[in-house]
Amino acid sequence: MIAHAFFFYFFSFIAVVSAIMVTVSKNTVHSVFFLILDFISISSLFIMIGAEFIGMIMLIVYVGAVAVLFLFVVMMLNVAKQKNTWFKSSTNSAHIPIGILVSIIIFFEVIIVIGGWKYKPELTKQIVISDITNTHSIGNVLYTDYIHLFQLSGMVLLVAMIGAIVLTFRKREGLKRQSYFKQISRERNEGVSILNVKSNQGVKIDD
Amino acid sequence: MEYLNILFSETYKILFLLLPLLTAVAMIVWLDRRVWAFVQKRKGPNVVGPFGLFQSLADALKYIFKEIIIPASSNKIVFILAPIITMTLALISWAVIPFSENYVLADINVGILYLFAVSSLGVYGIIMGGWSSNSKYPFLGAIRSAAQMVSYEVSIGVIIINVLLCVGSLNLTDIVMAQKKIWFIIPLFPMFVIFFISALAETNRPPFDLPEAEAELVAGYQTEYSGMMYAMFWLGEYANILLMCAMGSILFLGGWLSPINIYPFDLVPAPMWFIIKILLLFLLFALVKAVVPRYRYDQLMKLGWKIFLPFSLIWVVLTAGYLLYFDLLPKV
Repeated sequence: MIAHAFFFYFFSFIAVVSAIMVTVSKNTVHSVFFLILDFISISSLFIMIGAEFIGMIMLIVYVGAVAVLFLFVVMMLNVAKQKNTWFKSSTNSAHIPIGILVSIIIFFEVIIVIGGWKYKPELTKQIVISDITNTHSIGNVLYTDYIHLFQLSGMVLLVAMIGAIVLTFRKREGLKRQSYFKQISRERNEGVSILNVKSNQGVKIDD
Repeated sequence: MEYLNILFSETYKILFLLLPLLTAVAMIVWLDRRVWAFVQKRKGPNVVGPFGLFQSLADALKYIFKEIIIPASSNKIVFILAPIITMTLALISWAVIPFSENYVLADINVGILYLFAVSSLGVYGIIMGGWSSNSKYPFLGAIRSAAQMVSYEVSIGVIIINVLLCVGSLNLTDIVMAQKKIWFIIPLFPMFVIFFISALAETNRPPFDLPEAEAELVAGYQTEYSGMMYAMFWLGEYANILLMCAMGSILFLGGWLSPINIYPFDLVPAPMWFIIKILLLFLLFALVKAVVPRYRYDQLMKLGWKIFLPFSLIWVVLTAGYLLYFDLLPKV
């Protein structure tokens, strides 16, 4: 158990420190890197409590896909050049009250969750220890009991995706696009024509 | 004391896996160059040692003694971290690869998800290297590779779902054992082809080596790297290629299982079959490098999103429908 406790404190220490560094670090790209480190240590914590499926999915979805796109955007918008200075400057401190408000809300939410866990312990004690892996047990309930919620969340994501595409889509004019079908189905007589060229006159090709 | 014992025995096991792996990486670099040379009717590296086998060791020595140059305007910590991360991620994924029923370092429940997660992390080494170099070519290479690797990850994920439908478990040993009757390459042959091509794109191998396309980007994200740091990128890349080959042979070629389970074949130890399959797949990788010209970037994206993804999704529906109709779904 000592090793278990050691690793728990190790990963949670990294998680907390990197979470602080996300907000404190001056370089925006560094912030994203610390966010990734945070995700990784939290997924390690998930694996430590035996929720290996959620831990791995967290790694794949958040670290492997979401954070890559995040990094992509931060690097492309060149936010890296604008140093994150609000933490230091005394004049530009308008963000601090909002930050405090958000953290108070999160604090009370955590209080509610922990309070419910303390005062209604029977809610959390329904864990049935069995042989099946937690991937199987998630699969058993996700596609049977919660199928409607599952489908609904899928629809929400689909709508969000289509919305994002519609918002950013712009049709550019005068763009040459390759069409494999057109290229392959081109016949000889469409591309080649034999002309009789008279001497000293040349030929005019209209295209 | 007890912990110390565990620590030492585990370290011993890890070294027992890592040292052959690193040697194998050095050797397949040689194999790659040899195959490439033979296709082009050249000799390839054949001077150092028998058949030029020690060429990679000579190269490694050269890299070790070269000076590491860190560009003045680079982001130094990230610049140094990038090759380390690439190398580490390429090596830790080998922890779950089963060489036979008992030869596996960590036989975890979600082995295939672990492999998938670690291979999806691989993009960070490249992005960090490209961004921290603070120079045009590496940055362009990094952005290209980020888009490319994320795109092809999606189709690899869908292909893995195809296999998992037939297995009913995420454990790599179970995946291999499910292929005792028939290797998945036979019923899922189109998926194997797509997996192979996606693996080429995922590891930035030709014809999809756009992140380091030398004709347009010098050397892509590796442009500013030198000496041992460059060598680490290089080793990590080849370890990733080997990993993809191992993944392909576990998912489709029946891992350590012998092709026919009769007398002369079952004398060969199980890990041997696995290694032979990895080498065969790697030979394909090497041949593709020598034979196929490089893709254009928009063709690459079109192939990933508009052809592979819909096709493998349709194949998921077909596989699931077939298994459900004939009541072949694996029982938990």
